[in-house]
Amino acid sequence: MIATKSIKFFTILAVVFSSLTCFAASGGSTDTKEGQVNTPESINAYIKHHLADSHDFALYSYTNDAGERKHVGFPLPVIVWTSKGLKTFMSSEFHHNDDGHVIVEKGDVKLVKIHSKIYELNEGADHVVFDAHHHATNAHKVLDFSITKSVFGMLLAGLLMLLGFSSLARGYKKGAIPTGVGRLLEPLVLYVRDDIARPNIGEKKYKKFMPYLLTVFFFIWILNLLGLTPLGFNVTGQIAVTACLAIFTAVIYLTNGSKDFWAHTLWMPGVPKILRPVLALIELVGFVLIKPFSLLVRLFANITAGHFVVMSLIALMITLKNQFGPVASTGMSLLLTLFISVIEILVAFLQAFIFTMLSALFIGMAVEEHDHEHAH
Amino acid sequence: MEQLLNDFSPGLFFMQVLILGIILFLMFKFAWKPILNSLNEREEGIQNALDEADNARKEMQNLQADNQRLLNEARAERDEMLKEAREMKNKMIEDAKEEANAAAAKLMEQAQATIETEKKAAISELKSQVANLSIEIAEKVVREELSNKDKQVKLVESMLGEATLN
Amino acid sequence: MYNLIGAGLIVIGGGIGLGQIGGKAMEGIARQPEAAGKIQTAMIIIGALLEGLAFGALILGK
Repeated sequence: MIATKSIKFFTILAVVFSSLTCFAASGGSTDTKEGQVNTPESINAYIKHHLADSHDFALYSYTNDAGERKHVGFPLPVIVWTSKGLKTFMSSEFHHNDDGHVIVEKGDVKLVKIHSKIYELNEGADHVVFDAHHHATNAHKVLDFSITKSVFGMLLAGLLMLLGFSSLARGYKKGAIPTGVGRLLEPLVLYVRDDIARPNIGEKKYKKFMPYLLTVFFFIWILNLLGLTPLGFNVTGQIAVTACLAIFTAVIYLTNGSKDFWAHTLWMPGVPKILRPVLALIELVGFVLIKPFSLLVRLFANITAGHFVVMSLIALMITLKNQFGPVASTGMSLLLTLFISVIEILVAFLQAFIFTMLSALFIGMAVEEHDHEHAH
Repeated sequence: MEQLLNDFSPGLFFMQVLILGIILFLMFKFAWKPILNSLNEREEGIQNALDEADNARKEMQNLQADNQRLLNEARAERDEMLKEAREMKNKMIEDAKEEANAAAAKLMEQAQATIETEKKAAISELKSQVANLSIEIAEKVVREELSNKDKQVKLVESMLGEATLN
Repeated sequence: MYNLIGAGLIVIGGGIGLGQIGGKAMEGIARQPEAAGKIQTAMIIIGALLEGLAFGALILGK
């Protein structure tokens, strides 16, 4: 059992590394000095670059003896919907350029990448023109369905979840007590069911929402944890991702709202009739806009802030080198990073928990059926 | 806000919706449904087992109570029987004693009566013998008297020596 | 500049709120240690709601 698993693992590892070396060979930057991170400005830019989504999977980069910048990682497919239809190619065609200098021509569209976003040059333009705020003036964004690093991370998280939990599910066929990984996963499933879903949604209706809550909990948690690995994912720090999660939750609790919920939201009994429309407006805005917004912003901001702090602390070893010397600054940075990383592990769980908990709470509010015996 | 909106990627949002939807579906089908069902089954099984154990314990208690009751009853019965037996024994002994006493008393009475009659008979016989003797003696004395004075005295003395009163 | 002042105000407000929540929760736990689990969960939820508010304000102001 263990042997087959480790064989699987090493096969995956081998595939990853073989693609790495291919990419390293095909990679290679045109400019030599760019990419080295050693000034506060470049550190800021680097952190910003990390926080944004990326079209290739870069692990590390170095400058070789010839002064060339080498990037190690692997390219990811770019799928864009341009004015001339769907275009697909590998991200290695941009040669790691991120400021619009490398133009990829596909048919009759010219594509550039600026700050991790793909732009299409307007008709007739052959290079990007920037205005004072560094906005491109002669290019526009395209719809980008690429398998970006975040999408890759989500697929990875989904795969991990599927592997782990389907093995747990299969384990139950052999016996009532799970073995192996299942022993770790089962208490977590029970935790979500007994401590999140049951008390917040209620004994009668929680079962229907269990699959969503479980999926969201583990999806967010795994992605948060992936963000703490040196692979450098920042999936839950993408506003589109958290927005999608929040909208899913909102759609679920709005479509499952009980009659009582809508009655209480739109025509609150027990208050003067003049106030009712006002209250209805407040409640409606609260449920439709504010609650999902707070959900999406909380997750996004926590993870982004965490990554920002960790990376800034890592950067201490560069920024404080001149004042304290290399050893002291590295030591300081190491200690602080370790400390914050431990806290971030807690935050990774806490944010997954809070997202699931609040989703359950909102669902519980929506599906609750009031007791009409007591007056409001 | 402006920067956030700028960072918001509709493409990524679309991909996320797609992936989350697929993951939800797959997880529901291959993981959550079997897992939650098995957990429920297991918990129900455990609950049932506990209930059964509870019932069994209750039955056991009932049984034990029954046994205890039967035992107590048996014990009481035995005690009753023993008591009865003891009473009977006592009564029998008493009766026997009484009977024996009565019989003894009767015997005594009979014996006394017999003794009395015997005594009376003996006394009357003695009386008649004494009377006879006296008459004989008197006869002889009278006869001797008539012949010899000395002989008369001697006779009387010898007669008296012979006739020792029992 | 004004953004930063606003962010500072938000952080002050949020900090006071979080302090209140945490302090009261600690008091509650000290008074009833057997209810620690429930109090913690409620504390985390309220903390999260406050956090959402503060982050929302920060992001809207940015």
